[in-house]
Amino acid sequence: MTIQRTDQVVKTTVRPTVVIQSVLFTVLLLVIAAYLLLPFVWGVITSFKPASAIFEGPAKMMAAPWTLDNYAQVFAYPGFYKGLLNSTIVSLGAVLLSLVVGVFAAYALGKYKFYGKTVIMYVILAVSMFPQIAVLSGLYTMIQQAKLYDNPLGLIFSYLIFTIPFSVWVLTSFVREIPNELEEAAMMDGATPLQTLIQVILPVMGPALVTTGLLAFINAWNEYLFALTFMSQNRTIPVVIANYSGSSQYETPWANIMAASILVTVPLIVLVLIFQKNIVSGLTSGAVKG
Amino acid sequence: MTKSQPALQRRKPGGVLAVRARTAVWFLVPALLIIVLVAGYPLFKTISYSFTNASLVDPSIAENIGIGNYWYKTDDGQIGGILVDPKWWQSVGNTVLFAVASVFLEFVFGLGIAYVLNMKFPGQSLMRTAMLVPWAIPTVVSAQMWYFMYNDTFGLIGQGMGAGAVLADSSKVIWAIIAVDVWKTTPFMALLLLAGMQGISADIYEAANVDGASKWTQFWRITLPLLKPTAMIALIFRTLDALRVFDVMAVMLGTNKAAETSMTAFARRSMIDYQNLGEGSGVSVLIFLIILAITILYVTTLRVRFD
Repeated sequence: MTIQRTDQVVKTTVRPTVVIQSVLFTVLLLVIAAYLLLPFVWGVITSFKPASAIFEGPAKMMAAPWTLDNYAQVFAYPGFYKGLLNSTIVSLGAVLLSLVVGVFAAYALGKYKFYGKTVIMYVILAVSMFPQIAVLSGLYTMIQQAKLYDNPLGLIFSYLIFTIPFSVWVLTSFVREIPNELEEAAMMDGATPLQTLIQVILPVMGPALVTTGLLAFINAWNEYLFALTFMSQNRTIPVVIANYSGSSQYETPWANIMAASILVTVPLIVLVLIFQKNIVSGLTSGAVKG
Repeated sequence: MTKSQPALQRRKPGGVLAVRARTAVWFLVPALLIIVLVAGYPLFKTISYSFTNASLVDPSIAENIGIGNYWYKTDDGQIGGILVDPKWWQSVGNTVLFAVASVFLEFVFGLGIAYVLNMKFPGQSLMRTAMLVPWAIPTVVSAQMWYFMYNDTFGLIGQGMGAGAVLADSSKVIWAIIAVDVWKTTPFMALLLLAGMQGISADIYEAANVDGASKWTQFWRITLPLLKPTAMIALIFRTLDALRVFDVMAVMLGTNKAAETSMTAFARRSMIDYQNLGEGSGVSVLIFLIILAITILYVTTLRVRFD
């Protein structure tokens, strides 16, 4: 025993390769962290620098004093509030609808055996991987005919094309994990499928609903193609950021764009950090477990 | 009682459970109905428009022109249509290059990062958190951040690192955008691969250690083969996603240049900016077919299973 222990001490203290290895490993970790964070950190720094210093290159920009002016300007820009409001309405609307519809579908797909179930699962998966451009012209004329152009309702409707298949797919994988005993007990008591769903399944689905809803919300919040095509005055946040126009027509207002970008991204990052575990499990169950 | 039982079962095959299943299947109706309405019907309309000369101004007065949007021959022998349009094929070529290159690089980087994060070290959870940052940023926002960094007179990469006007250089622009996409989606790939790695039992590695297999051998002989199912699905998802690229190109290149490098931007310009609903729908149908073909190829040759 004693011999073995001294042996180990000698190993860790004397071997230089171990030291080199751990230094290299730390450097590797730092490189990865820098790669993942630098573009975002650069955006944050830019957003706190005077608009004029930004056009003088990275070195002079870093040396310039810090300021909150850019944020003040973004908050004074009415288009930004409108964008936030529209994005919130559209994303929440699409997500809530998808969760309601998705819970019912997921219960049927996750707990019952019936003919054609596999086909339905594949159709739902196919729609979620579908190129959105393939429906753009059809959806555009449908939305025009329904007089919903530039109306958040029209955009909510169009977002269901990705939020519903996603919600059904992820919720189904969660429903499958719920132990059958719970359901069987309800059946013994003579509960109908609807009663079982509402009184037995739904109460244990809280985390699943949070995860699915959050991921679907992020997808809807970030959507650009439909938002750009189906709205003109009622822009959502990605369209506002992409077409941010400052006081001058000829100079891109980078300082303001960065401040606005940080403002719309920070809430997402906070949400993601709070629900980190749910998100990772949701992403992996949505994509890997299938 | 016992005698009437078989008769009852014949009327309702499967008994009580099947009856309940039939009720529960009705729960699927709202979701399927909405999918038909928001995906099936518009797809059908897009396909129908692609055989007409419909204009965005008033789609109701369209004339049927058969396959005229795809291919036509005039009386004096001139050939035209999307299928012989070199600009369209240029856009397809660039999109495929973008998809193949960015998915390949994402996979290599993602695998590396997942492998590192799968080790035990102080600050491990902090690193996993940092990984979620690029993923959480809206694509339009990350495109703007990189667009700013690429600026050749004051950007961090364009001026600070001396890369120059990469977005104006036709040989570099696609790689500049691939770099943005790789940065944005590597974390997603790494997350999926990390989850796959954590699913591999530690016993296998212990056995390999006992047998004296090196870390390198273990990675190629154990980690990669066992990761294959996860990796395949991640690759399919990312490839299909990359083939429909639009946001990053539209923001960094503008409508016209984006149409040279993104199939989706090409279709949208024809449909919305040129108001040529029929032709734009034709382009959309071709995109749909290209992506369908690639999906079938992937799923059949690699025998991927989703359940």
